[in-house]
Amino acid sequence: MSTPTLLIRGATLPDGARADIAVVDGVIAGVGTLDASPGAMIIDADGLQALPGLVDLHTHLREPGHEDSETVLTGTRAAAAGGFTTVFAMANTSPVADTAGLVEQELALGEASGYATVQPIGAVTAGLAGERLAELGAMASSRARVRLFSDDGVCVSDPLLMRRALEYVKAFDGAIAQHAQEPRLTVGAQMNEGEVATRLGLAGWPAVAEEAIIARDVLLTEHVGSRLHVCHVSTAGSVEIIRWAKARGIDVTAEVTPHHLLLTEDLAESYDARFKVNPPLRSAEDVEAVRAGLADGTIDIVATDHAPHPEQHKDCAWPEAANGMVGLESALSVVQATMVDTGLIGWADVARVLSTAPARIGRLAGAGAPLAVGSRADITLVDAAATRTFAVGDLAGRSTNSPYLGRTLPGRVVATLHRGVPTVLDGALRPHDEVVGAVRSVTAHG
Amino acid sequence: MRHLLSTRDLSRDDAIHILDVAEDMADTQTREVRKLPTLRGKTVVNLFFEDSTRTRISFEAAAKRLSADVINFSAKGSSVSKGESLKDTAQTLEEMGADAVVIRHGASGAPHTLAASGWIDAGIVNAGDGTHEHPTQALLDAFTMRRRIHGTASRGRGLDGITVAIVGDILHSRVARSNVWLLSALGARTVFVGPPTLIPLDLTGWPAETSYDLDATLATQPEVVMMLRIQTERMKDAFFPSPHEYARRWGLDDERLARLGPDTIVMHPGPMNRGLEISSRAADSPQSTVREQVANGVSARMAVLYLLLSGERED
Repeated sequence: MSTPTLLIRGATLPDGARADIAVVDGVIAGVGTLDASPGAMIIDADGLQALPGLVDLHTHLREPGHEDSETVLTGTRAAAAGGFTTVFAMANTSPVADTAGLVEQELALGEASGYATVQPIGAVTAGLAGERLAELGAMASSRARVRLFSDDGVCVSDPLLMRRALEYVKAFDGAIAQHAQEPRLTVGAQMNEGEVATRLGLAGWPAVAEEAIIARDVLLTEHVGSRLHVCHVSTAGSVEIIRWAKARGIDVTAEVTPHHLLLTEDLAESYDARFKVNPPLRSAEDVEAVRAGLADGTIDIVATDHAPHPEQHKDCAWPEAANGMVGLESALSVVQATMVDTGLIGWADVARVLSTAPARIGRLAGAGAPLAVGSRADITLVDAAATRTFAVGDLAGRSTNSPYLGRTLPGRVVATLHRGVPTVLDGALRPHDEVVGAVRSVTAHG
Repeated sequence: MRHLLSTRDLSRDDAIHILDVAEDMADTQTREVRKLPTLRGKTVVNLFFEDSTRTRISFEAAAKRLSADVINFSAKGSSVSKGESLKDTAQTLEEMGADAVVIRHGASGAPHTLAASGWIDAGIVNAGDGTHEHPTQALLDAFTMRRRIHGTASRGRGLDGITVAIVGDILHSRVARSNVWLLSALGARTVFVGPPTLIPLDLTGWPAETSYDLDATLATQPEVVMMLRIQTERMKDAFFPSPHEYARRWGLDDERLARLGPDTIVMHPGPMNRGLEISSRAADSPQSTVREQVANGVSARMAVLYLLLSGERED
């Protein structure tokens, strides 16, 4: 065994055991009671929860095309601040990530950041236009090795096109990540359809518009024997349909966002556009149902749907505002508040839903590995006993459209290690030159 | 009163107070000199992002009869149509010293956004926002009902025990939304009548009953029948099959008019589609308050501007 270059002392592992973790050359070299070698950097993790580095299957990094909201660099800084070491970058950039060249460019931007591994998601249809398939095979064979394809932001609503996409990606173990929204049922939709929307005079986004697409897609997936991932499940009915599909043996996975685990539609009463998101915030019953679905495994993972927007797109009348919320920096705290502190799941489950399972769904080798010898040293240390009033200072990306500002949230990310390189220490981001240089030298080794 | 954004914020006492002040204002309008010096030196801006000549001139008349300076800011052909944001417009008006901003906007909640933004310190009056509310319309409607029912003994009274049938496109109507809360505060009962496609699915907790059958509702002899303007464009979105079928089932035609009691009040916020939601005979009948509503609109808006701009401001 070579010399540990970094020793995490006294961390609590996801299973509750207490251990030291040694890291050498970006890989976990030891877990147990370990001695610090001379010269090793020591992180005191007494009382801190250790998790495998978090993996977000649903991030909007906005670059290229919308750099006023976020760039790959600023978005991965936000990721690191939130304890993430891998993010899957959604395809709805400008230009859309629908060719091998564009997903390779996104991959390269991630490598130039170093704060997190960026795994591109490819578009399902060229230009997200919903008319013809993008070059899915070329993206799969590219250096970016894309396995997950999504038109997120818009639904692949044409049933024949969806069927073809599901069939086609079988050739390379791909999956379609569907933004389930029947477009005709949601023309002009502003918030969850229901009494609150009626009172506020805002056009409704009915639950059935999500559920009808999920029901159709699980049946198509069964018919062609493919693999489906459902983005941002938001309604009780969707959870029921996915539960039914899984019981039937259909290869479907699903995600829920932190905001759908915590926030409800009544927040729209302020007409504060920070709470405008697609799919919209739903009812308290829906929140209960998605929590229960995540707890029983019907919903596989939590994904942020981190969606940065510049101030002028939120600082306006609700119907004119953009959909979306930033979520990377707050995700773990919201999961702790809604799922852990409520007793619905434990930290081992958090490791599963925020790391292991998303990496598996995205077929990304190396990410989401358990905290064990030989795993890539993607590690997150969180002080679960801390509480904080979430503020703009807690945001590390370029945009501040967080629905949690002013809210008290539990937990705080103390350290994040990406390939053994600290991207966050003592709760603060490390400088970019330091991070990118170290990550480069590690990846050159491995 | 700091702002008037929604009738849902008004208590019974608030509502009766505004209506009583509107009575005072109406009294002044019978004098030879109708102009009051009350708001001299105050500036009222009519900020209209949507065309609505009726509502704008009603507010303009109200402000001028209170001696306020009036600035009409129409979004069409202005910097707004060149992409200026609500925020920049508001900050401009703030710098110009607007004391009250009367805003009509196509986006539901725009007046709330303006009032909560900190961009402008003026009192905000919602003159109709998207499909949300139109509070001064509800105030003038309640004022009109109260005068018809209680006559000169209106002051201090509500609309207790009165049934108001609101007929038509409830789903998209800011008039219906503002009316239901105000009528409830004043003790009246509201029945929404229309095709199921145009009545919101979920009205849990609303002080309103619903009916899909206009004839059945009219048979219960409601004191007030309020017809809403129906937009024929709704037909394209399949809310109803044809204007003809709509008029047959939910229009106040001559035959239905004949079945109303002589004291039943027929209302319409205007502009009317004669022959669609209301027949010409019904619109011009003695039961109709359509023209009174226009006159009362000025009194109600005078009351609102007066309460917003005179005296101590409660922040």
